[in-house]
Amino acid sequence: MTILARAVEAGRRYGDVLALDRVSLDIRAGELVGLLGPNGAGKSTLINLFVGLRRPSSGTVELLGGSPTDPARRRAIGMTPQETGLPESLRVGEIVDFVSAHFPDPVERGELLARFGLEDLARRQVGGLSGGQRRRLAVALAFAGRPRLVFLDEPTTGLDVEARRTLWDGIRSFQQEGGTVLVTSHYLEEIEALAERVVVIGHGRVLADDTVAAVRDFVGVRKVSLTAADLPELPGVLGSEHRDGRIELLTTDPDRLVVELVRSGAPFSGLEIRPTTLEEAFLALTATSGQKETAHA
Amino acid sequence: MPSLVAAHTRYLLLEQIRVPIGLLASSLFPAVSMVAFVVPFAGQDPVAATTATGSLMFFGAMSAALIGLAVSVSQDRELPWNPYLRTLPAGPFPRFAGRMLSTLAVMLVSVVPVIVVAALFTEATITPGRLLLGLGALIAGSVPFMLMGLLIGLLLSSKAAMAVAQVLFFPMAIVGGLLLPPQILPGFVQVVSPYVPTRGAAELIWWAVAGTAPGTVPLVMLAVWTAATAVAAAWAYRRDEGRRFS
Repeated sequence: MTILARAVEAGRRYGDVLALDRVSLDIRAGELVGLLGPNGAGKSTLINLFVGLRRPSSGTVELLGGSPTDPARRRAIGMTPQETGLPESLRVGEIVDFVSAHFPDPVERGELLARFGLEDLARRQVGGLSGGQRRRLAVALAFAGRPRLVFLDEPTTGLDVEARRTLWDGIRSFQQEGGTVLVTSHYLEEIEALAERVVVIGHGRVLADDTVAAVRDFVGVRKVSLTAADLPELPGVLGSEHRDGRIELLTTDPDRLVVELVRSGAPFSGLEIRPTTLEEAFLALTATSGQKETAHA
Repeated sequence: MPSLVAAHTRYLLLEQIRVPIGLLASSLFPAVSMVAFVVPFAGQDPVAATTATGSLMFFGAMSAALIGLAVSVSQDRELPWNPYLRTLPAGPFPRFAGRMLSTLAVMLVSVVPVIVVAALFTEATITPGRLLLGLGALIAGSVPFMLMGLLIGLLLSSKAAMAVAQVLFFPMAIVGGLLLPPQILPGFVQVVSPYVPTRGAAELIWWAVAGTAPGTVPLVMLAVWTAATAVAAAWAYRRDEGRRFS
């Protein structure tokens, strides 16, 4: 399969901060890749390297076999940045025309707008659009030049549930027609709905590159919190923390943990089980892998 | 490539037109000055009226070039739309050319009210050939101010750029003799006047519209300013690129 975009040991530093640490990643034609990670993990930095906005400090990044900073390579891509700041005074149609002028064979304006439910807004100024309409316009622009590969950086931020699903449908149908997508999100739900392959990044590194199912287990950590004076050894605890007089336990199997807790007979109160945010899951997993090693030593 | 330059110019012009106060700002003050000062005090003297018209035309054009570019470039740098544009398949040229062409268009529009006032209410006279020559001189003379606008816009935040551009604008206009003829400026201003770029641009325009012989020092200084601002603007551009896109 053709590789459309590739990062080899790509690193990126902003001053003292290492935003990306030796990331290697291939995006093959026809794939719908989800890039998942908490805020500040390096998702946008990786996209910025792929679309030629930034250069890697180390390693290489290729787009369609060449450098992303070469405008000719970028004819085959489309992009929706996390923040668009569309020019307020321009009309929707004018912005589409302006972006389309950069491509040799752009999608007809009415068709493009209709695909994203914006057909009635062509003559409206951007300043008068709702947040959701702006976001959909920003995503529509990524598809204006009939791209082979699109980069969507948190495309559904600020959209309501219905608009989000419509957008997901649009992205999926693009892929079914042979398009390739790299989409970032910090919501597992969004990645599950869209992608087949998930790349999880945290602290600038690739933590996992696998199927959605495999990654769901990886990040499917629950937080069990309770008040207790003393707890026995419990199975499957990935990490524990004392906070505000409560004990918080992270586990992938909360059912078994609770069963064992009750069986142990230790007194406790105020039991709560809730899903963790990705951020918590990453922190727990990266932290506990270190702890386990010391415990075994 | 020409179609991309056209697309960028069109887009920047649309932005300008949608906020017409920007256009008004650079044409209103010179037109009002024409009515208030030139019409009553120099309106009856053809040569004085013609040169004064040339000065005020340049005053408007310079405002569009210096303040207009400083503000728009600094504001654009603060918007996420700007990096988005860089992901489109085009190098920096179409955007830069579009920026220059749209500024030029605003400059030419801003001189129209001054010409209209001059034609209707003063004895200022000009042949079509000299008017064209005058517009050519106006464009040539505005180049260092465009470059200065770019320099400020690329170095400063939008609030600071606005203030700095204005602080530079008025003293340069006055010292260069755009609001009052250099002959009646105070002695110490007359000493400095030939060295500011506004004076060289004004002399070029007076020569084009009224045939008054330009001084050598102001013209040489205009060339020096043009070269110096070009070097500074190119440096500021690279510095800004390096900070945000390397």
